[in-house]
Amino acid sequence: MPATDTRTLEEHALRVRELIVEMCGNPEGGHLGGSMSLVETLVTLYHSVLRIDPQHPDAPDRDLLVLSKGHGAIGLYAALAERGFFPEEELTGYGVPDGMLTAHPNPAVPGVEMPTGSLGHGLPLGVGFALDARLAGSDRRCFVLLGDGELQEGSVWEAAMAAASHRLDRLVAVVDRNGLQITGPTENTAGLEPLAERWRSFGWTAIEVDGHDPARLQTALGGAPQVAGRPTVVIARTVKGKGLPHVEGQARSHYARLAGRQQKRALAVLAAQRKKTETVA
Amino acid sequence: MTTSTREPVPAAVEAPAARPSREVYRDLLAELIGKDERLVCLDSDTGLFSSVDWGAAQDRYVNLGIAEQNMMGVAAGLARCGRMPFANTMAAFAGTRALEAVKLDIALNNLPVRIAATHSGLSAGHLGSTHHALEDLAVMRLLPNMTVLVPADAAATEELVRASLDVPGPVYLRLGRGGTPDLGADLPPLRVGVAQRLRSGRDVTLIATGPYPVLAALAAAKELADEGIAAGVLNMHTVKPLDVDAVVEAAETTAAVVTVEEHWAAGGLGSAIAEVVAGLGVACPVRRVAVQDRFAAGSGGQQHLLERNGITAEAVAAETRRALLGRRVG
Repeated sequence: MPATDTRTLEEHALRVRELIVEMCGNPEGGHLGGSMSLVETLVTLYHSVLRIDPQHPDAPDRDLLVLSKGHGAIGLYAALAERGFFPEEELTGYGVPDGMLTAHPNPAVPGVEMPTGSLGHGLPLGVGFALDARLAGSDRRCFVLLGDGELQEGSVWEAAMAAASHRLDRLVAVVDRNGLQITGPTENTAGLEPLAERWRSFGWTAIEVDGHDPARLQTALGGAPQVAGRPTVVIARTVKGKGLPHVEGQARSHYARLAGRQQKRALAVLAAQRKKTETVA
Repeated sequence: MTTSTREPVPAAVEAPAARPSREVYRDLLAELIGKDERLVCLDSDTGLFSSVDWGAAQDRYVNLGIAEQNMMGVAAGLARCGRMPFANTMAAFAGTRALEAVKLDIALNNLPVRIAATHSGLSAGHLGSTHHALEDLAVMRLLPNMTVLVPADAAATEELVRASLDVPGPVYLRLGRGGTPDLGADLPPLRVGVAQRLRSGRDVTLIATGPYPVLAALAAAKELADEGIAAGVLNMHTVKPLDVDAVVEAAETTAAVVTVEEHWAAGGLGSAIAEVVAGLGVACPVRRVAVQDRFAAGSGGQQHLLERNGITAEAVAAETRRALLGRRVG
């Protein structure tokens, strides 16, 4: 973290949540729930784990991050802007005709490495990144952020097998385990549990953490790989819609438009949380 | 003489089959990879590379297992980092099973991945319909940024693989399984995106892609010449970007165009050419010799299946005569 930045990771997270809520005020609405669940993961990565420079988003040997759950794009855009990749004001361009900020990641946006959105593509890309790093003798790490519903795509497991067999220990996956997909709980659809065991049986180091606890995320993500020659997955147990109690844990938070009073209410809820954080500090 | 009494003219000329294009490609890749650090050979357990000694480049041969979607994504990841991966699979799997990864990870990002697709067309022969690829040209030419290359013999394979290294975006390389006859020496050099003229003829233009279709066109042109019909033959080794100038010239200066391909009639080379000619406002019929709208069921080698499906010199000659009915030639 830059020495001049005195904000805590919690404060960064609150700001990113505010920005997400503001983007969801767009007439198009946005993927609210799965962006809110991802916030601490994004903030922890961009502020304290990734070897990146917002002023030089294409710097060689930077760590690479792919948001494989591309529907978390507004969360990613907010995190990138809050981290200084581009001005926060540019987020008002979300969903505006001819703008760059599409609802799934657009690589024209500074800091976005690859376009994603169709699920199941990120982990294969990450395997390619990690393979290149090994061939090049680079110590860069490659992070892939996966949704939990996304794990129903078979290509994820194709990549998981290959990563373990080729001992790609610079590869780190994060599963945003909010438990919900569009129609309801993942376990009622195509169940994923025991999730950590599944990853371990594929040859990965699996670490389960509270995905809203930046300190624990920092330890898990910063410390990867724990075992040389093994890729790492951090299963971040999260709450869909986190930060907005009236939608938390609800599948309907997947996509929402927060206009007028709804947006004011959401921002007020976040402002109250900010006050609480500041009091505690 | 009617076509029904005519003896079939074999698609293949007398020349013995040369080395299979996939082996020519494999050996060339093994040579090139030692000289160019960017190159990576990604395998989906094809078995094609079992005999290769990669030497110092051993770490750049990576077998990812039987998982073609993953391989295309891995290739894109490598290419994003500055590599030029060759992703190896059969055409049947490259064009359909792995298509979304090809579209979104490779084509959308305009990344320099080379997809080397063996067993194209009917070359998988007796392996059956699951292993035939009669849609891949249509599928690949749909994708923005993609270059689609189809060598017609061993020498062309070598030329086009070398030329592919200079293509900035993704390349689909359509290879066969068994050996096919050499087209002969002293042919005009191959340039990506420029049709290779194999024969001149002022009456009609035969445009073919792939080994047996090109041979069928050449044999048909010879047969037609005996009847006083001068047929030019173009080897359209680059299906995308299509040599539009060559197609326009054919449509404007000869009375008809007949296309020949080892592919379904819908969407392939013939369709690509018809799309161009339809917009010209010239009265030039385009007739397509291609596999009709059905799966090539049943066993048999490549040449057997080609004959069963009407990809023969006889069929090309017959289509040409039909195209020229009522038109003044000679």
